[in-house]
Formats: sequence, structure tokens, C-alpha cells
Amino acid sequence: MLKNRIIPCLDVKNGRVVKGINFVDLKDAGDPVEQAKIYSDGGADEICFLDITASNENRDTIYDVVEQTSKKCFVPLTVGGGVRSVEDINKLLNCGADKVSINTAAVENSKVVIDSSKKFGSQCIVVAIDAKKNGDKWEVFTHGGRNNSGIDVLEYAEQMEKNGAGELLVTSMDRDGTQVGYDIDLMSKISSKVNIPVIASGGVGNLDHLVDGIKLGKASAVLAASIFHYGKHSVKEAKDYLDSKGIPVRI
Amino acid sequence: MNVTIVDYKSGNISSVINSFKEVAKNKVTIEVTSDLNKIKSSDKVVLPGQGSFKSCMDALDQIKGLKDTLNEFAINHKKPLLGICVGLQMFADVGYEETETKGLGWVSGKVSKIDNQNGKYKLPHIGWNQINIVKDSKIFKNIENNSHMYFVHSYEFVPNDKKVISATTDYSSNIVCSVEKENIFGTQFHPEKSDRIGLKIIDNFINL
Repeated sequence: MLKNRIIPCLDVKNGRVVKGINFVDLKDAGDPVEQAKIYSDGGADEICFLDITASNENRDTIYDVVEQTSKKCFVPLTVGGGVRSVEDINKLLNCGADKVSINTAAVENSKVVIDSSKKFGSQCIVVAIDAKKNGDKWEVFTHGGRNNSGIDVLEYAEQMEKNGAGELLVTSMDRDGTQVGYDIDLMSKISSKVNIPVIASGGVGNLDHLVDGIKLGKASAVLAASIFHYGKHSVKEAKDYLDSKGIPVRI
Repeated sequence: MNVTIVDYKSGNISSVINSFKEVAKNKVTIEVTSDLNKIKSSDKVVLPGQGSFKSCMDALDQIKGLKDTLNEFAINHKKPLLGICVGLQMFADVGYEETETKGLGWVSGKVSKIDNQNGKYKLPHIGWNQINIVKDSKIFKNIENNSHMYFVHSYEFVPNDKKVISATTDYSSNIVCSVEKENIFGTQFHPEKSDRIGLKIIDNFINL
């Protein structure tokens, strides 16, 4: 039976982890490679890096991080943030990323998803959707949530599936950082609309939220950042909890 | 001993390279090449594969003499070869992804789309699933039945002779996820992404 996945996400800026695990025995709390290894050793089903490097001259730092991580972690590694072109995707894959998530570029230029999924296969193309509620629908935001494209999220999700996305990583901007739980309505509507797996993101504050994301939101995988940082919960605790609620996980 | 990972521009093979190097340490040489002479002289060959059946077969065809060299290696000389994901699928006679495409024909059978039962099962089949080991395979030495492996695929290999099947996984139906036919081994899942247990399978192959 296919298991639901738990994916810890690390924000990386200029090659350093911005928010991360804050264990006392950690040699270097800012080292993304060390943090990713702790997660994969702890049973993470995948690792996600979100590159939030703002300046262009430091962009290349992520490539080195990916290269070092892929030599130490033998679970799938997804990398996103600032991915603009097929060439960017190619470089990340060559450095050892298994999947690349595309956000703004997928909205601005549909060819990026179409061409990259043809070239590298759908299995490594994740389309990241930042969704914000507006009345009774959700709209797609770009540029790290700063710009409203006005595009309807459900229509967009369907289009991205057609364009060749292998998975959708859906973040509720209304919930992100609030710790009140995923936007279940959004997740379940998207998940019912498309036939590709949906990864739920944004708003996790406790382990019950992970359960809800899968049971009610019908997500195939749940992504979380802050609950795994600062040692609040370990990935193993999360898995044991999901297991106790009857959700199939890899233990 | 040396193991060659065939680099025929079939997508991303860096994870395969990293995992084999991790397992091999300094005891075994891992070559990554499409050089025909190097392939011929290697002890074992790994055939990775990403993207579609057709794109991988096309990529093999792009390198003159590669198919013949692989045939000679695996069929004539019966040296150990491991196909991963589409690398396994290409063992078949024919694949139906994108368009009907002739395969290598090493293990008789076809590659067709997984039946998603009218949307009940999402495709691609992505994530960790358990393998049901149905026959002793040398690459499953010290691998427990029902171990979790990482999968990413929408197409499945359906061999004609069920005796070649070494493991299946349950997704929509019993999908063939590993085969062994004499010196030819294949996994539909990605041992290179399946954590310590996946590395053990790679170790088993290297130590055949």
C-alpha cells in the first residue's frame, strides 16, 4: 500500500538555513546539509529546500548545498525558489536534486513546465501554487506572495496537470505561518480536481493538522517547516502519531 | 572490479551515481560513461532511465553502437546488468508510453499504463510503497519482505513469463516492481532514493 509522505522543508538563504532545527548538539545550526541529514536519518520521506536567497550574486550557493546534500541523503530531494528556466532546472537536477518546484515561472511562462516535463520527465517537475482566498474562490499569487495573478487556483491546477506537472505543492497563504492548520477546503478541492498527487503546505501547528491534511484535505503528502524546527516535534513522532490515527506511513 | 553506470543522456542520473559511489567507497570503481569500450570491459552495468519509455529508447539509439554493446554485454556474455525504473522497463519487447516503441526485448513482455481505475488511484505512483518479494533474488539478500521502497512511475512492466518476477507492489493491482532473469536484474523502484534499505540492494548488486 502506498504510504502518505511527510516532508520537512528547510528555508535556505545564501546557502544557510534560516529557520531550522535548533538542537543543542548540532555542530552548525545553519548548515543545510547537516539538517537535511538529521531529517532523513529521522525517517523523513523526502526533503525539501526552499531557496529564499534574494540577491542574484548569491544564487549559485544553492547548487553547492544541493550537491553536498545529495551525497549524504538517500531520500528524494526537492528544491524550489527562484527557478526561472529549463536551464535552472537542468542545473539543479545535475547537482543532485530529484525534483524541482516551479512557482512564478510556471505562471508567467507555461512553456517552462511543458518543456521541462518533456525533457526531464513529469516525475521531477513539481508546480508550487501559492493560493489566497478571495471571496468564494482562491487566486494564484506569484513572486513569493507579493503579486496577485488573478488566476483561479482550481483552473490553474488542472492546467498544470495538463502541462506535465508530476505533483502540485499547494500553499495556503492565508494559513502560512499561522499554525492554525492547513486550508482543508482548498486542499480537498484541488485534490479532487486533479489526478496527480497534491502536497499540502502552510499552517501546520500541531500533529493533528497533519492528520487533517491527509484525511480531510486528501493530500498525498504533507509538508511542514516550523513544527519540525526547534525540536517541537521530530519526524518520527509525527509518523507514529499518524500511524496511531490509522494513516499509512513508512515506519 | 568496476561497475559502469551508462550515461546516455536519459535525464537525471546524479542520484544513481551518488548512491553507487557511497556504497562502493574506494573498493569498487564506479564509471559513468557511454564509451562502448569501457562498457564492454566493465564487470557490471547499471542502466538507469528517466522520462518516457520512448525518450529513453530514443536516447539509447542516439549513441551509435550502444544497443549492440549492451546486448553483447547482457545477452551474449551474460554479465550482470541492473536496470532502474525506465531502465527496467526497456527490457520489454514493446512500450506504449507516448507511442508504441520497440524495447530491448531481453525480458519478453510489454510496458503499459497503470490502470488508475477511473481516477481512484493518482498517477504517477509517487512515494514509498512496500515490496512483496515473490522469489529469491540475489539483490534481495538480507532485505526483509514488505520493505519500503521509493517509486515514481505511471507505467508498469508486464512480463509474459511470470517466473522472472521477483517482487510486486500493491497499487491499483499487483504491479511488477522487480525482475530477475539469469544475469539481468531490474527494479521499478529507485534503490538510490530508498534510504539505507535501497543502498543495501545496490550493495547486493555490486557484490554479486
